[in-house]
Amino acid sequence: MLLELEFEIEPGNFILAGEASSKIKETLKKLGVKPEILKKVAIVSYEAEMNIVIHSVGGILKAIISKDKIEVIAQDNGPGIEDIELAMKEGYSTAPEEIRNLGFGAGMGLPNMKKYSDYFEIDSQKGKGTRVYMIIYNK
Amino acid sequence: MKNLHSIMLDKEKCKGCTNCIKRCPTEAIRVRNSKARIIDQRCIDCGECIRTCPYHAKYAITDSLEEINKFQYKIALPAPSFYAQFEVDDVNKLLYALLELGFDDVFEVAKAAEIVTYFTKQFILSEKNKKPIISSACPAVVRLIQTKFPDLIENILPIASPMEVAAYIAKKKIQREKGIEEDKIGAFFISPCAAKMTYVNSPLGFERSYVDGVIAIKDVYGLVRSKLREIKDIKPLSIASGKGIGWAASGGESLALEIEEYVNVDGIHNVAKVLEEIENGRLKDIVYFEGLACSGGCVGGPLAVENPYVAKNRIKRLSSKLKDKEESLSAWTEEIINSFSLKLEDVLFEKELETNPVLELDSDIERAMEKFEKVNNILSMLPGLDCGACGSPTCKTLAEDIVRGFANDTDCIFILRENIKELANKMVELSNKLPPSLERNDE
Repeated sequence: MLLELEFEIEPGNFILAGEASSKIKETLKKLGVKPEILKKVAIVSYEAEMNIVIHSVGGILKAIISKDKIEVIAQDNGPGIEDIELAMKEGYSTAPEEIRNLGFGAGMGLPNMKKYSDYFEIDSQKGKGTRVYMIIYNK
Repeated sequence: MKNLHSIMLDKEKCKGCTNCIKRCPTEAIRVRNSKARIIDQRCIDCGECIRTCPYHAKYAITDSLEEINKFQYKIALPAPSFYAQFEVDDVNKLLYALLELGFDDVFEVAKAAEIVTYFTKQFILSEKNKKPIISSACPAVVRLIQTKFPDLIENILPIASPMEVAAYIAKKKIQREKGIEEDKIGAFFISPCAAKMTYVNSPLGFERSYVDGVIAIKDVYGLVRSKLREIKDIKPLSIASGKGIGWAASGGESLALEIEEYVNVDGIHNVAKVLEEIENGRLKDIVYFEGLACSGGCVGGPLAVENPYVAKNRIKRLSSKLKDKEESLSAWTEEIINSFSLKLEDVLFEKELETNPVLELDSDIERAMEKFEKVNNILSMLPGLDCGACGSPTCKTLAEDIVRGFANDTDCIFILRENIKELANKMVELSNKLPPSLERNDE
């Protein structure tokens, strides 16, 4: 059995930011997913959601939950990442000053997503968009 | 998990309105047969329903003052917030008034709070902890985490609460000084808080509590006031500093720790919101999180009498008044720690905190997923008004209650009305149909 949760993420809307990952988290709690697993999914989905809010022109956040694993997919419609290797470095950020002033965009988003997921895959094309695919095993 | 809560319902007073069910942070209340009903395992004793009920139908069970007579030697453990209930400039007067009520001794929970601060500082410096460290002083917040934020349990400060430390030290002290056996000494917490009563019955992190009873501040308030008028000579009983007393109000505990990276939040719904952010990994730079269920902190407790904002100001005044004596008062803290050779290990939790999985739909994940889908299907048929007329706090909770087998879809008045309308239409339709013997189609 699969449970699919999909949320549309509005770019630049910091009031709504975090709501989608909250809902994913809440669902996992209802399903009785273990605290260690929940924690990982909470962090990666929140970071993914924030990245869409901060950097993209909008996109979706998706969680596919099955007995053995939780897949988190963040897909946006642009503008894409110029240098993925650089973006994956801790502390590297292209977030503008005003976003950093809000306490976001510290350059930890992608590194954290990689750190807390068991499988991490990122695809991005300049001018097109970015897709991050993560798996957290439920064991 | 055992969670015998202390909040009770006065059925006579309850009107079956839906104010309490809406404010409960763990969705622990339903209205059935025109009366509120608290789901035992879900209740965290935050006292929000006591505050919300317009008919004062919710109350907390605490011990009566007479309970102390069961013991040969009686010790009062006044909560720091007790000091803020009266317009008195000298704490000694208040402590003396407690002796006048029949206690043989007092031990200030504010002093124990300083001891807890002392060990918390050591714990913060140790390598083992997960940041942010979440204060364990408020039992309602600890239970909220066990119920709604299980992944944050490992962040909870595993140190005994000031009330517990106070009871422990006070008993040991009397045992040593007077040679009275421990079971003949009764330690009673003078409490602003309902959750502490639950704590004493089923402690968090410990097998047993050293506290023998919890007496509500409101139950001794009048008595203390009348005693205060009679007190002439003031005996030096108080050894707590402003830092310990400061614990009564939100932020006091963090302030005593003398660290910069802390966040203090009061009000159970606000606490839940910030815990969500901690879950998202957003407050990583914060060392300490002090969350208190009551607005204003313990001064806002449901068993306190004085307006919490007035009380908060009094705490501030008392704290700054004691500032000059800070050195001699902190020497007291060290003396107590040394004379009982207390170490961090002595105040650490004996057992790990468990999760309270009452919000799970099923213990088997596959079955839980099926139920989750069912909940969503039912939810899509409900109006989404969260009116509460069905007795559940929200449409979502009703949907869950239906799936759990505790409610029916016709509990929703909109669905019921829809069904009645259908039925009525059918009746009209049927009433227009004549039996064949009367039918006159040939006309």
